[in-house]
Amino acid sequence: MNANARQFQEAAQRVTGDLRQRQFIRTALGNYETARDLRKASFQSWESARQTAATTKWQAINHLDTHLQTLAANLEARGTKVHWAGNGAQAREIILGILRDKKARSIIKSKAMTSEEIHLNGALEQAGFEVMESDLGEFIVQLRHETPYHIVFPSMHLTRGQIRELFEKELGATSSDNPEELTMVARRVMRQKYITADIGFTGGNFAIAETGMISITENEGNSRLTAALPKTMVTLIGIEKVLPKLADLALFLPMLATAGAGQTLTCYNTMYGGPRQPGEADGPEEWHVVLLDNRRTELLADAGQRDALHCIRCGACLNVCPIFRNVGGHTYGTTYSGPIGSVITPHLRGLQDWKHLSNASSLCGACTEACPVKIDLHHHLLQNRRNAAVEKPAYWERLGYRIFGIIANDPFFWSLTKKLGRLGQPLHRLVKGATLDPAGAWTRTRDLPPLARVSFKEWWRNRS
Amino acid sequence: MTVTLFVPCFMDALFPQAGISMVHLLERLGHQVVCPEAIACCGQPPFNSGYWAEARSVAGPVLAALKDAEAVVIGSGSCGAMVKIFYPDLFAGTPQAALAAQVAARTWEFSDFLVTKLGVTELGARFPARVTFHDGCHGLRELGIKAAPRALLGKVRGLELIEMKEAETCCGFGGTFATKFPAISTAMGEGKCHSVLETGAEYLVSNDLSCLMHIHGLLSRQGRPLKILHLAEVLVQQ
Amino acid sequence: MNEREKILARIREALQVPAPPPGSHGVHSAGPVPVTGPSPAGVEARRWLPKVGSSFEEQLALFAKNCADLKANFQAFATWEELSAALIQLREAEHWRSVASHQAELSGRACQTLNLPVCWTDRGYDVREMEPCDVGVTECDALIAQTGSVLVTSRSAGGRALSVLPPHHVVIARRAQLVADLPAAFALIQQKYAPAYPSMISFITGPSRTGDIERILVLGAHGPKKLTIYCV
Repeated sequence: MNANARQFQEAAQRVTGDLRQRQFIRTALGNYETARDLRKASFQSWESARQTAATTKWQAINHLDTHLQTLAANLEARGTKVHWAGNGAQAREIILGILRDKKARSIIKSKAMTSEEIHLNGALEQAGFEVMESDLGEFIVQLRHETPYHIVFPSMHLTRGQIRELFEKELGATSSDNPEELTMVARRVMRQKYITADIGFTGGNFAIAETGMISITENEGNSRLTAALPKTMVTLIGIEKVLPKLADLALFLPMLATAGAGQTLTCYNTMYGGPRQPGEADGPEEWHVVLLDNRRTELLADAGQRDALHCIRCGACLNVCPIFRNVGGHTYGTTYSGPIGSVITPHLRGLQDWKHLSNASSLCGACTEACPVKIDLHHHLLQNRRNAAVEKPAYWERLGYRIFGIIANDPFFWSLTKKLGRLGQPLHRLVKGATLDPAGAWTRTRDLPPLARVSFKEWWRNRS
Repeated sequence: MTVTLFVPCFMDALFPQAGISMVHLLERLGHQVVCPEAIACCGQPPFNSGYWAEARSVAGPVLAALKDAEAVVIGSGSCGAMVKIFYPDLFAGTPQAALAAQVAARTWEFSDFLVTKLGVTELGARFPARVTFHDGCHGLRELGIKAAPRALLGKVRGLELIEMKEAETCCGFGGTFATKFPAISTAMGEGKCHSVLETGAEYLVSNDLSCLMHIHGLLSRQGRPLKILHLAEVLVQQ
Repeated sequence: MNEREKILARIREALQVPAPPPGSHGVHSAGPVPVTGPSPAGVEARRWLPKVGSSFEEQLALFAKNCADLKANFQAFATWEELSAALIQLREAEHWRSVASHQAELSGRACQTLNLPVCWTDRGYDVREMEPCDVGVTECDALIAQTGSVLVTSRSAGGRALSVLPPHHVVIARRAQLVADLPAAFALIQQKYAPAYPSMISFITGPSRTGDIERILVLGAHGPKKLTIYCV
């Protein structure tokens, strides 16, 4: 077992043992399900919407080069500077370059999972820049020196009491436990930062090729302010986020809101088409858009799993996944958690190092059912397992299955196995649940049923 | 017709009564039942673990044994899904690809066979008890089985069906997942046990014995051994 | 080869093998992916999104209901005089002392009514003068019945910050600006602005909010805590 897999098992053990946390997460996600079901039901056909969205993304991804060129040309036509980053290191360099060129000191950030992916904050802070997360959930985990717990709800694992204590300790702010009061604390702190920050940094939900726009979805308004006040705006977005037409957003924005949070529409859906244009009252003088590959083209090359790039990062698969609900986002130990994270992380960060995420699933398929763009998530987990075993089979496991193959479909050996099992079962009771128990992984928490005295095959044989 | 009943490994060794019930039910409906001797496993464990060549060595004999079957019935959503949905994937690009597709097309999960293929829901069954039904994920999401078992249970005289909350949430068995990730599997199972006990049912019924084995194993350890029955074991009661 | 060319080359290489269409598990499509014709989402959206009535009354009622659910304050007035009176009442109730706005017809008239010092954004402004303003008054491009949204742009609503920095956002709209649904709104944007789009186009759906603390809804996270929409 490699270090990542061991860390995963240990973290899973810890969190599943914390009943309070499990219950807390379940309650939060239960409310989401109620709201989501209402919103889905209001569609004339949610299932048809999924198929249309999936087909749109399929067409877009399968002409990605064309769309990216159109996007870049349209962005550049109105003064946006477009940068292409092959990997995370290049992206960081590009962004640092912009900051140095502008002689910036402080950056206000709105939520961007790609920035987590390339570990941007650490690099910026090391280079001496002040980085402030403006999204409330991101702000909270930044103060705790933690990574986001969930791609849409970064601080959902914390109670209001924990947040109050955090604000007291880190901001010197006194307030009650009341979520509204706590939010106002963050609002007051952030307000000055929008005004004084040199750089506003954003991610992006969709990149519209037809009109050269980046569409950003948020509830708080922090991204709107980040894109309004600082003199320079920098946007980092994965190359897979492309949609062909502006009108496509008419379907994708409500689907994102429904699947992600059970809302009709998220509070602010904003399309940016350039820096401040002549005649406009405000806006950044310069806008830099950094297009990020970082091994997405490798996932693209796997035609059977290419649909994983359709992902709109709504978080629906996380919300419905029973594994996520029981172990939480931090257990995964990587930027993208939940089912989508388990599918793409082996591609983006190495199959052998991260295959355990694809293994840690009962393959229930709730994720595939929930995905608004019909990514075949749970089947991709199976494919990752196969690819990992082909690339580097585990000696004992493969040997075990070879022996299993001999026993399973040979009447003599299968019959012998059952007879031996029946003999061995009373002995097993002596070691049941203890460290010596070969079936310990089962029997530590569960009882085993007894082998039947007469198996079905024996009954059938006696009958005829 | 002649129905080829494929009894999966754990049903054979641990819960033979379920298989026996299916034989009686199908014979009562006037069909001839045959059970191939040589095959015991559909090959799902190596398949789920990624060892597809090894899975093919298990599944190949299954295909051979089912080659000429008129209709194949499997009393398990997960084994049924393995044959019906995953055999074509497993054998894609091999000489047995066409045979896999043919066998898949003729394979049915038990409740689906009765209701969809035979058009039968009334089996003359009587089982006065409070019962809750667990939908195994493979049967539910791979094979689309939700209404069929309920249509069958609806005709059982005296039976009261109580739906559990979060009925479609996975119980946590997941095959090798149960032993490779026991902490998570157990946590998921505890959630399911809670839903089951909340119904106040006397029996937990499912079309998937592997799920039942896992849930019952947890309940038994908790000292709450609710009785478990395969769907066929309920339907055979008169 | 620069990075752009390298990335595009990798993409082209990858796309040499076509991917099967969605929902075709197990079926392998041999042909190339169709690109002719409009993108499905934009074309089909209206068929799948929640249905909206075709009459103005139905749409107005739907917009009003959505605003109520969103905790946005919406009122339709028969005359400007009535709207004006409501604005003055609001000014008193909210204790407004200064306003930020832009010099368009309706927003200009609204500011006249309010008779308070105004930070005008039109020819650029100092954000430190906008920050203490109690309310931002703007026009809009459309009101969308289907979602209860207000459509603004940096051209129609006095820039980017005006509709999001002041703690109370007041929108003055005309009845004729009510459109049925999101597809209609996007069609309006393209008809009105293409190809020289404003640099910011935004759909505002209710006052600012967050669910980041225990997933409990709180209004006024960073953007306006109150959203008032008056139409005449």
